[in-house]
Amino acid sequence: MIIKEGLKYSKEHEWVRVEDGEAYVGITDYAQNALGDVVFVELPEIGAGLNAGDSLGVVESVKAASDVYTPVAGTVIKVNQELTENPGKINESPYEAWIAVIKLSDPSQLDELMDEKEYKEFCSKEG
Amino acid sequence: MEDRVLIFEKSKPGRIAYSLPACDVPQKELDQLVPAEYLRDGTPDLPEVSEVDAVRHFVGLSRLNYGVDTGFYPLGSCTMKYNPKVNEDAASLKGFTSVHPYQPEDTVQGCLEIIYRLGEMLSEITGMEKFSMQPAAGAHGELTGLMIIKAYHKSKGDLKRRKILVPDSSHGTNPASASLAGFEVQHVKSDADGNVDMDALKAAAGDDVAGLMLTNPNTLGLFEKNIGEIASAIHDAGGLLYYDGANMNAILGISRPGDMGFDIVHLNLHKTFGTPHGGGGPGSGPIGVTRELVPFLPLPVVEFKDGKYCLDYDRPLSIGRIKSFYGNFLVLVKAYTYILSMGPEGLKKAAETAVINANYVMEKLKEYYVLPYQRTCMHEFVISAQKQKEEHGVTALDVAKRLMDYGFHPPTVYFPLIAKEALMIEPTETESKETLDKFIDAMINIAKEAASNPEIVKKSPHNTPIGRLDEIKAAREPVLRWERDK
Repeated sequence: MIIKEGLKYSKEHEWVRVEDGEAYVGITDYAQNALGDVVFVELPEIGAGLNAGDSLGVVESVKAASDVYTPVAGTVIKVNQELTENPGKINESPYEAWIAVIKLSDPSQLDELMDEKEYKEFCSKEG
Repeated sequence: MEDRVLIFEKSKPGRIAYSLPACDVPQKELDQLVPAEYLRDGTPDLPEVSEVDAVRHFVGLSRLNYGVDTGFYPLGSCTMKYNPKVNEDAASLKGFTSVHPYQPEDTVQGCLEIIYRLGEMLSEITGMEKFSMQPAAGAHGELTGLMIIKAYHKSKGDLKRRKILVPDSSHGTNPASASLAGFEVQHVKSDADGNVDMDALKAAAGDDVAGLMLTNPNTLGLFEKNIGEIASAIHDAGGLLYYDGANMNAILGISRPGDMGFDIVHLNLHKTFGTPHGGGGPGSGPIGVTRELVPFLPLPVVEFKDGKYCLDYDRPLSIGRIKSFYGNFLVLVKAYTYILSMGPEGLKKAAETAVINANYVMEKLKEYYVLPYQRTCMHEFVISAQKQKEEHGVTALDVAKRLMDYGFHPPTVYFPLIAKEALMIEPTETESKETLDKFIDAMINIAKEAASNPEIVKKSPHNTPIGRLDEIKAAREPVLRWERDK
């Protein structure tokens, strides 16, 4: 399982990468492996205001459809249209396949998320 | 192997399956009879085949069917029990098949009596006050139940209850129905025993909760031991308890949702009461309610007044109509026949045997597959192909596909979502020990093959008319319509 350095991780297996107050959010390698082959991704609307824990979209695999939750609050400023055409990218390179970019309204929320070391430990407990 | 081509591909121009006698009335051109705007530009591209080819085509397809009448079908959560043929006999009686829903009530007293009496029986079985036979299937029953929950709170002027709680092990239809009914869905996690986590439930049960939807036994095939406490927590918070009847087969004649504290129940007649599923159906999802909720039942309700059965539409608090006419009536006749032919003792025995059968298979398989929840199961159980996946790369899907080579319908896979590589197995009460043993042997063989020859499992099925399909490509790039080569 790949866990990338420098990212923030949530207990729901989302990753966050921050660039200039803007957060790229996607799902982790652990999550894509548990889901299996992703066949459909529902993206959020640009301009949507989200609280931490709100649904950022839906990732559907051959096994199940799962909500993706944003671990950070803010406004959706970009969505990854490429995933509509090529949902399998989430399986191939989960840390490049960001789902949406969120303009952070409360950057302090990032401190509540795990770093790669903490996330690794969290995953090992999940089994 | 027979040729697997569409009937369109068998078509030859000019080949026909009928011959009409010469026309003995004056002929007119089509455009003289139908305005041009309604006429299509060309003739439709329909297959042109002879009668024998048409018959062979469809008989050939029918021989590919797999059903309860052809073999063992342990599809968890679906209760694929054998459907006794006497049910079909009763439903074919002319008095039931030759009536029209618009006939005067006086002329269909027998039909109304069946609806009324079936309602009474289901009320007794579930501990509810009254039933409506209107919902066409389980999920429709869920939606109807949720509409009743909404109407109930509204009638009390309580408009702040926006949330429906569902456990994370719930059937996917529960959150879907709640969303459709306009509620917000909040998931409640399960504890290490596979039951609703009581702390999480109590934390969630606030004055914004309209109700909880619960399946008991739950989708792991485990009885919710704390059901009394769960019911109190929800009722104390002012919410209602909805019973998803998908797993009622486990408790028939033994315990009753009404006694557990549930306020609304739906039953799947096509699961628990021996009527056919799917294409052999249709389904039927009657809902029963407590005395307090009777005024909200959908219209019409069959009543017995002055020695006659009648359809009561005068119910001001009712949520209104939810289906045309009176539910899937002939299915009701089949379920009524089933209950009468089983009798109270027979129904209880069915539940007991369903539970014993499931435990027998579980005990035999737990040495070969991971059993995530080490408890006595009810009518179904969940085992995991986690070990096979980690050690040999053989997934639950591969095991399911390989079962087809052994002549069995696969169990439900990857559900409930809280168990990894889940295989959910429900043998039902109608299977003999010999059948169960054959299935057990097949499952054990597959576990051995996963270690000795994983490729044979991963590439299965091998003995079916069509081999492994590319389900991922089918989902990502669906081709929904066949087109003739231009």
